[in-house]
Amino acid sequence: MRNWSDRNIEEILGEILRAGVILSALVVFVGGWLYLIGNAWARPDYRIFRGEPTDLRTLGGIFHGALQLRARAVIQLGLLCLIATPVLRVMASILGFAAERDRMYAIFTSLVLGILLYSLLGAGSAF
Amino acid sequence: MNVAELTLLLVIASFLAGLLGSLTGLGGGVVLVPLLTIFFKVDIRYAIGASLVSVIATSSGAAAAYVKEGFSNIRIGMFLEIATTVGALCGAFLSTIAPSQVLAIIFGLVLLCSAYWSRKPRTRQERDLPPDPLATRLKMNGSFPSEEDGRARPYNAQNVPAGFSLMFGAGAISGLLGIGSGAMKVVALDQAMKLPFKVSTTTSNFMIGVTAATSAGIYLNRGYIDPGLAMPVMLGVLSGSLLGARILMTAETKILRLIFSLVIVTLGAQMIYQGLSGSL
Repeated sequence: MRNWSDRNIEEILGEILRAGVILSALVVFVGGWLYLIGNAWARPDYRIFRGEPTDLRTLGGIFHGALQLRARAVIQLGLLCLIATPVLRVMASILGFAAERDRMYAIFTSLVLGILLYSLLGAGSAF
Repeated sequence: MNVAELTLLLVIASFLAGLLGSLTGLGGGVVLVPLLTIFFKVDIRYAIGASLVSVIATSSGAAAAYVKEGFSNIRIGMFLEIATTVGALCGAFLSTIAPSQVLAIIFGLVLLCSAYWSRKPRTRQERDLPPDPLATRLKMNGSFPSEEDGRARPYNAQNVPAGFSLMFGAGAISGLLGIGSGAMKVVALDQAMKLPFKVSTTTSNFMIGVTAATSAGIYLNRGYIDPGLAMPVMLGVLSGSLLGARILMTAETKILRLIFSLVIVTLGAQMIYQGLSGSL
C-alpha cells in the first residue's frame, strides 16, 4: 500500500532528478560555448579510438581543468553532475526508507548504492 | 568537417533522435550509436560513451515528471536495480575487452530484437491476479491512478525471480552497448512480473538512470566519454525528448512507430553488415 511518506519520498526524488538535469545541462552548455569559441575551425577525428587524456578521465583532473575554465573540462564537469544525479537519488531513497523504518528496503537500496560507488570510485578507476 | 559544422549537425540529429524516441516510446539512445558510427564515422566506443550520457539525461528528465504522478513503483524499481547495476558492471567490463566489430554485431541484433518487441501486439493484461508470496514479502504490490476513472487500481506483482534475471540481462546490454535497454526492462516488468503497462514503462524509465550511471563511471575512466561529442549529443537528445514529452500525439503515433521501427531495422541490418565486413 502507498501511504503519505511514500508519496513524500517520490516528490523529493522527482525534485532531485529535475535539479540535477537542469544543472548539468547548464554546465555542459557553458562548456560547449567555450569549446566552440576556442575550437570552431579545428578538424576533429573520431574515426579511431584513442581514449581521452587522463585529465579528462579523473575526478581531480576534471575539477582542476574546470576551475581554469578549460572548455573540455567544463563539459566533463557537467557530465559528472549528470552521472551524480542518480547517485544522489539513490542516497535520498535510503534516507526515505530509513525514515519510514523500512529496514529491508533501506538495505536493498544501500546495496545498489554500494555497486554504484564501486563502479564510480573503485573498479580499477583513476578517481 | 570542422568542429562548428559537426556540432551543429550532431545537435540536429540528436534532437530528432530524442524527439522520435520520446514520441514513440522507443527511446532515442537506440538509434544514436548507429547514427554516429554509420553517418558520422565515429568509433563505436566514443559513440557508446556519448549515447550513454544522453540516456541518463533523458531518463532523469522524464522520471522527474513520472514519479510525481505516482505511476512508478519505487520498491520494485529499487529491488530490481540490484540486478541491473550488477549487470551493467559486467556489461561495461565486457565492453572494454570486446573488439569493435563484435560490439557492432551485438548492437545490430539488439536493434532487430527491440524493433520486434515494439511491433509485437501486447497480450491482453491479466487483471486481479492473486498475491504472490515472495512479491508480498518484498512489499511489491501497489496501486496506481487508473486511466478509466482516476481511482487507485491495485495490482499484485508476480514472478519475481524471472523479473530479476531479465533485469540482469537488461543491465548487461545497457553497460555493453551504452543504451537504456528500456524495451527489455519493460518486458521484464510487464510480461514476466505482470505489472500494469503504465506502471512498467514509468518504473523502467525510473531505473534506466541508475543502471546507466553504473556503466558511465567505468566509461569515463576508460576514456569513452569525449566532451566534444557528448556535449551536442546530450543537449540535442535532452531537448528533443523534453519537447516530445510535451506533444501529445494520438492518431499519428501508430504511423510514427512504424516508421521508427523500420529505421531501427535498417540501422540494425547495417550495423551487422558493417561488423561482419569489418568496415567500421
